[in-house]
Amino acid sequence: MVTSIIRRLIQALFVILAMTIIVFIGVNVIGNPVDILINPDANQAERARVIAHYGLDQPIWKQYLMFLQGLLHGDFGDSFVYGRPALGLILERMPATLELAITALGIALVVGLPLGLYAGLYPKRVSSKLIMSASILGFSLPTFWVGLMLIMVFSVELGWLPTNGRGPTMELLGTQWSFLTGEGLRHLLLPAFNLALFKTSLILRLTRAGVQEVLPQDYIKFARAKGVREGRIIGVHVLKNLMIPVVTIIGLEFGSLIAFSVVTESIFAWPGMGKLIIDSINLLDRPVIVAYLMMMVVLFVVLNFIIDICYTILDPRVRLDAKA
Amino acid sequence: MSALLQVSNLVTEFGGGGGHPGLKAVNDVSFTVSRGKVLGLVGESGSGKTVTGFSILRLLERPGRIAGGRILFDGTDIASCSEEEMRQLRGKRIAMVFQDPMMTLNPVLTIGTQMVEAVQAHDKVSKEVARQRSRDALGLVGIPSPEERLSSYPHQFSGGMRQRVAIAIALLHQPDLIIADEPTTALDVTIQSQIIYEFQRLAEESNTAVVWITHDLAIVSRLADDIAVMYAGRLVETGPVGKVLTDPRHPYTAGLIASVPSQNRRGEPLHQIRGMTPPINRLPEGCSFRTRCDRATEACRIMPGLIPEEDRSFRCIHPVMKEVA
Ligand SMILES: Nc1ncnc2c1ncn2[C@@H]1O[C@H](COP(=O)(O)OP(=O)(O)O)[C@@H](O)[C@H]1O
Ligand SMILES: [Mg+2]
Repeated sequence: MVTSIIRRLIQALFVILAMTIIVFIGVNVIGNPVDILINPDANQAERARVIAHYGLDQPIWKQYLMFLQGLLHGDFGDSFVYGRPALGLILERMPATLELAITALGIALVVGLPLGLYAGLYPKRVSSKLIMSASILGFSLPTFWVGLMLIMVFSVELGWLPTNGRGPTMELLGTQWSFLTGEGLRHLLLPAFNLALFKTSLILRLTRAGVQEVLPQDYIKFARAKGVREGRIIGVHVLKNLMIPVVTIIGLEFGSLIAFSVVTESIFAWPGMGKLIIDSINLLDRPVIVAYLMMMVVLFVVLNFIIDICYTILDPRVRLDAKA
Repeated sequence: MSALLQVSNLVTEFGGGGGHPGLKAVNDVSFTVSRGKVLGLVGESGSGKTVTGFSILRLLERPGRIAGGRILFDGTDIASCSEEEMRQLRGKRIAMVFQDPMMTLNPVLTIGTQMVEAVQAHDKVSKEVARQRSRDALGLVGIPSPEERLSSYPHQFSGGMRQRVAIAIALLHQPDLIIADEPTTALDVTIQSQIIYEFQRLAEESNTAVVWITHDLAIVSRLADDIAVMYAGRLVETGPVGKVLTDPRHPYTAGLIASVPSQNRRGEPLHQIRGMTPPINRLPEGCSFRTRCDRATEACRIMPGLIPEEDRSFRCIHPVMKEVA
């Protein structure tokens, strides 16, 4: 168990290292930051000074090594735009994005799991068919369009909910959170729902498919033959088998929730990482882009690691130290 | 004393309903089992044995339904029971051991969980008591170090061990009736003997009635009191094991017996019934066995009824009669 965890950690480090190369090269290909950093009217000496300051005159492999070295110290360089450490900028925005993503995931689970279970248990009912049709809509409507519609209906027409920003926040564990204040919660509702829509449909359909796969199994019939109550059959025998695909999806989708919160954050002017990265891409703020991408890589690697550990708890047939 | 289980004219269909006829997997099947007796339900694969077992427990899933006949268990018509009454019967008074031991245990729950829940489904006892009873049941079917085994998962067991766990679960409540669907097919011969012995003892000492589903006539001859032979969903012959196996009336039963390897006929080629069992949606009209039968005539184009003879019966108008030598 311990050796396999160490082995996986080493694998993870290699993945991250490989990603640093890809990210670094990729970012160097998409445009020359010198153009935006330097006033077009600047003279030659001024120009050279700025280029030297950011190390942009060095050969690219040397820039990469410098970048790696900085990385080891958690230093991605200063933002070209804000003149402050890129990592700090991102970490500052992270709680807002995490709050949005976790709330969205919570909504997706609380809505998707029971509805999927219902639709799987009673596939013939009209209500199940309605649920499934709605989930197709949730799948196929573009997030930005739904976001705009939500704003139209709930903010513009009905005037119930605010449309932008986090609203008042409150401090907990050293960072600011919206959900702790009533007004902040109202600000959180629309963007979280917008972000959750796709994932809700995904979890719903996955759950339904899982139920339909597990129900005809012999072991369900055998449990009935033992006289086990229907509630326990659904709640224990079916649900425990369902948790395996659902946990995988939650793990993987949580990463993409954060990565794709870009659209929602832009529409609702939610001051998270997604909004920051869009602005940074527009301004070719290379250190911020790189730091953001690296954060995402680490996030996905860590999530995968957690999923693997959850597996060993949920599915006795999977063991980390199993060779095959 | 009336029999514990009385199945009369049972018809189980798949599909159909709403005016359309379904496929009859079980067609006009009748038999009785008394306390302490073992009925061997015999037939080739696909003849409707398993469906008969699930019909008794009312465990058929969707397209399957009981379309006719009556099942009386201890005087109660099973059809008149509510779902909750059926649940209270299942596992408590009627237990079943399934055919495929690899599929009967939930892969993500420990053996202990699956046994304890079986105890607690019917008896209000503490978890510790339920575990103790589970341990005892595992010991009874010859599983070594039962305490350890309770915390194992199914994949850590071989097929034979899983089947013994399933049998242990069936024994937990000392049911009045056990339906054992080919319970020893997946086991090797020594364990097979142990299990058969265990069931014999159960029938004798606990007065349990057993429906033993199998295609193995050797087991039936050792274990069963009565035999019911099924072919393509119908009973073709019933009676006391001794009589039917030594002196079969139906040509199909005779063919089955002739295809069992036997010590007395070493060296001779084994008899085989020619042809294959037709699928139930393409049965010939009249006697279903007609197309494979050497004795068939034009008259077999009409389905014969079960013809009684003393304490036995058979569905054939050209019955085999032992030549008196
Ligand atoms: N779920 C089902 N749907 C449709 N047909 C079924 C189903 N289960 C069994 N049958 C049909 O019922 C017949 C009898 O099956 P079964 O009782 O399993 O045979 P046996 O146990 O004697 O081998 C088979 O022809 C099979 O095709
Ligand atoms: Mg069968």
